[in-house]
Amino acid sequence: MTSNKSKELLLEMKNIHIDGFSDERWHKILKGVDLTLYRGEILGLIGESGAGKSTMGKAAMGYTQPGCKIIKGEVNFNGIDLAKLTEFEKRKIWGTKISYVAQSAAASFNPAHRLMDQTISASNRLKINPTDVLKKDAVKLYESLQLPDPENIGDRYPHQVSGGQLQRIMTAMAMSPRPELIIFDEPTTALDVTTQVEVLSAMRSIVDKFNTAAIYITHDLAVVAQMADRIKVLRYGEEVEEAETRDMLSNPKEEYTKSLWSVRSLIKPEETNQDYILSIKNIDAAYGSSKVLYNVSIDIPKGKTVAIVGESGSGKSTTARVITGLLPQSKGEIIFDGKKLSPKLEQRSKEELRKIQIIFQMPDTAMNPRQTVDEIIGRPIEFYQGIKGKERESKVIELLKMIELDETFLDRLPSELSGGQKQRICIARALAAKPDLIICDEVTSALDQIVQEGILKLLQKLQKDLGVTYIFITHDIATVKAISDEIVVMYQGEVVEQGLKSKILNPPYPDYTELLLSSVPEMDPDWLTNLLNKRSS
Amino acid sequence: MRLTLGLVTVFAFSVIIFSTFSFLPGDFATEILGQSATKSAVKALRAELGLDKPPVTRYFDWLGNVFQGDFGSSFSGRSKVQGDQGDRSREVVGLIIPRLKNTLFLTGVAAMLAIPLSLILGISAALYRNSYYDRSATGASLVTVSSPEFFTAYIFILLLATLFPVFPTISTVDEDTTLVERFYRTALPVFTLTLITMGHMMRMTRSAIINILSSEYIEMAKLSGASRYEVIVKHALPNAWAPISQVIAINLAYMLIGSVVVEYVFNYQGIGRLMVGSVYNRDLPVVQACALIFASTYVILNLIADLIGIISNPRLLYPK
Repeated sequence: MTSNKSKELLLEMKNIHIDGFSDERWHKILKGVDLTLYRGEILGLIGESGAGKSTMGKAAMGYTQPGCKIIKGEVNFNGIDLAKLTEFEKRKIWGTKISYVAQSAAASFNPAHRLMDQTISASNRLKINPTDVLKKDAVKLYESLQLPDPENIGDRYPHQVSGGQLQRIMTAMAMSPRPELIIFDEPTTALDVTTQVEVLSAMRSIVDKFNTAAIYITHDLAVVAQMADRIKVLRYGEEVEEAETRDMLSNPKEEYTKSLWSVRSLIKPEETNQDYILSIKNIDAAYGSSKVLYNVSIDIPKGKTVAIVGESGSGKSTTARVITGLLPQSKGEIIFDGKKLSPKLEQRSKEELRKIQIIFQMPDTAMNPRQTVDEIIGRPIEFYQGIKGKERESKVIELLKMIELDETFLDRLPSELSGGQKQRICIARALAAKPDLIICDEVTSALDQIVQEGILKLLQKLQKDLGVTYIFITHDIATVKAISDEIVVMYQGEVVEQGLKSKILNPPYPDYTELLLSSVPEMDPDWLTNLLNKRSS
Repeated sequence: MRLTLGLVTVFAFSVIIFSTFSFLPGDFATEILGQSATKSAVKALRAELGLDKPPVTRYFDWLGNVFQGDFGSSFSGRSKVQGDQGDRSREVVGLIIPRLKNTLFLTGVAAMLAIPLSLILGISAALYRNSYYDRSATGASLVTVSSPEFFTAYIFILLLATLFPVFPTISTVDEDTTLVERFYRTALPVFTLTLITMGHMMRMTRSAIINILSSEYIEMAKLSGASRYEVIVKHALPNAWAPISQVIAINLAYMLIGSVVVEYVFNYQGIGRLMVGSVYNRDLPVVQACALIFASTYVILNLIADLIGIISNPRLLYPK
C-alpha cells in the first residue's frame, strides 16, 4: 500500500476500442481507454455493470470473450503488443505471466478435477519445476492464504469446499506460476461480507509478498479502497477519472464519481409500533431431512420496514418461504392480521394470499419473458380484484406511474427493459394485489449502486403513500441502514437479536452481530488494515 | 436403488410381454392341428401345453421357471400325436443361446466400430466447430440417422456386393465358421448397424461437449493457457461422460433392436430372425423369451450408463 513501488512500466494499454456483437449488431463496449500499470502496483478498476471494466480486464491479457473483438489499440505487456500475437503465442503468456481470478470460483473450477491438479496445471505447463516441487509450493500458498488443512485440501474436489475457500484456492492457482500480473475480476462479489474480509486480506498479503502487479475489478468502492494503489473509474466504456486511492476518496473531481460516493448517504429515521401485522412464533422448518430454521420468532410492526440480515445459509430466505407458505413449517405458528395462517399455501384463502406479496432478487428470472408489461402487471389485478378490459388497463397505467414509469412501457417485453426497470415492474406487480405486506428478498443485490438507490427511494415513497409493510431480506448493511426501522439478525437458522435499528447498529453487540457489522467494508483505505490489527490483538 | 428400479422394470415388462401374447387371437393348438381337428384333440393338446389354465397361473408358472433358467419348450417341431417317439420339440434355452451368441457377436463388432468412431468424430467436430469439416460431418450424420436400417442395408448391398462385389450378401454362419470368415461374412450387417447408430452418438457427443464449452471453467482454462485440444479433452470431455454414456446405451439397445431387421435382410442366424420366425409360428415360449432378453438388455445398458455417470462425476462419487 505504500508508494515505494518501482516505477518500472509493466503494462501499457493505449486507446483500446472493443466491439461486442449482440442483438444482431455490433455495439461499442470500450471507446478508447488507456491504462498504465507499474510493477508491483495494484490498480482498481471500478464502474457499474456495462461500464466495460471486465472487458478491459480481459483485454489486458489480449483476450476478448467470444463475440467481442479488439478494433483498435495496443496492449503492451513487457514491451510486447498482446493484441498482435497469435493464439498460440498468447497461450504461452496466459496463466503463467498473466493470470486471472474470476468472479464465481464455484463455476470457474472444473468440477471433474481435484483442486491441487487445477492449482498447478498452468505452472506444470512451464516445465520448469517437477510436479512434486509445484505441489509443495502450492501447499505453502494454501498456508499463506490461511486455508484450513493446507496439506490435504488440494485432494478435494471443488464441490467439497466453501465459496470463500475456493476463491482463495483460485488465488493460489493464479499465484502458483509466479505471474507478473494478476487480473482480479470481481473476486469477492459473490461472497458474504464476513468471508469477504478473509479473502481480501489473504489476497492483499500474498500480492504484497510476491510484489505482483494486479488489476482489481469491482463495483464496490469500499472494497477497492482497501486493495488498490490507484483507482480508475469507467462509465459507458470511457474513462471518467483516475487518481491515487486516497486522493480519489477524499477529493473526487467528476460529478459521476461523486454520485458513486454519495449512494450510501441515504438514511431513514426509524419508527416503530406495537401493532404487529405479522408475528411468527417458534418456527422450525426443514428441507427434507436437513433442518434450516430453529425456533424462529419475529414480530413485524404494521406499516414499517423490518430488515432481516445474515450471511448466506443463515435462513433469511427460508423464513420468507415459510411466511408465504411455499415451505410449510414443521413447528410453530404464523399470526397474520390477528388470524392464524395455515402452513400450507393451498389451504390459505385467496384474500390471505393477496395480502402477502413477494419480490425476488433476480428480476430477470422472476418475469415470464414472453409476457408484456401490461400482462405481467394486469394479471394480479384481474386475479385478485376481478377487474378486466379498459378499467384494468387504466389500473396498470396508474401502477406504472406509481413506480415512476409511464404507459409507453405497456407493450414492452422484459428483455426490452433495464435491470432497474425490471425490478420496478416486479414491484408494480406486487403492488397490483394491494398487499398489506411485501417481502423483498434481496431485491437490490443484483443492481448497480445508483440504481439501488432509486429502487430504495421508490420503496420508501410507496410506504409513505400506501402504508404497506416491508420485510427486507438482505446481506448488505448499507441497504439496511438506508431503509429499515427494525433489524433482525439471523445466524445459522436462528435469530440472534431483533430490535430498533439504532439499538442493533450500536454497541454493545452480541458476538455475531459485531463480526457481521465490522466486516462491512468502509471507504477508509486503512479500514482493512485497522480491522485486521484489531481482530488479531 | 437404481438396481431395484431396474428389476422392477424387467418384472413389469415380463407382465406386459406375457399378457400381450395371451391376448393374441387364435391359439397354437388349432394352428398345429389344422381346421379339421376334432374338439377333443385340440383340448388334449391345450391341456398338454398348459393353455387351458387361467392366464395368471400360467404367468407365474412361466416366471418361476424363468428364474430357474428354464424358458420352457418350443411349441414348434413337436409331434402331433401324443407320446410319439419322433417328438422334435426343443428346449427354448438351447434354441436361443447360439442365436443370442451370433447376435451379440454382430452387435458387439458393430459397437466396437461405432463407439470410438462416433466419439472421435463428435469430439473433433466440437473442436473445429462451424468449420466445413464440422458441417459436413453433422450433415452426413443427419442423413444416416434419418434413413431406415433396411434402406441402408440395401445401399450397402448395392455398393459393396453388387457393383463392387467385395463382401457377400448372405451372412449365414454356423458353429464351424472360423472367426476370420465370420468377420468377412458379417461385414455388411456390421457396417449397416454402425452407420445407423453412429450419427446419433456423434451428434450427441458433439452437442454435449459444445454445451460444456460455454461454461465459465472453460473460459478459465483458456485464460490459464490451455490449448484447444487440452480444453476439449482435459476440461470438457470428463464432464460430458454422463450424457455421452446415456446416448451410447440407448444406441446399443437400438442396435440390438435394429438387428431384427438387419438380420432378416442378410439372412443372419441371430436372435432377431428367430423372434420374427417364432411370431409367424405363434411359438409363444420363444417369442416371450426373446422379448424378455431384449427388455433386460435395455435395462442393463441403462444401468451401466447410470453407473458411468456416477463414476465420472466427483460430485456424486464423493459427497460433501
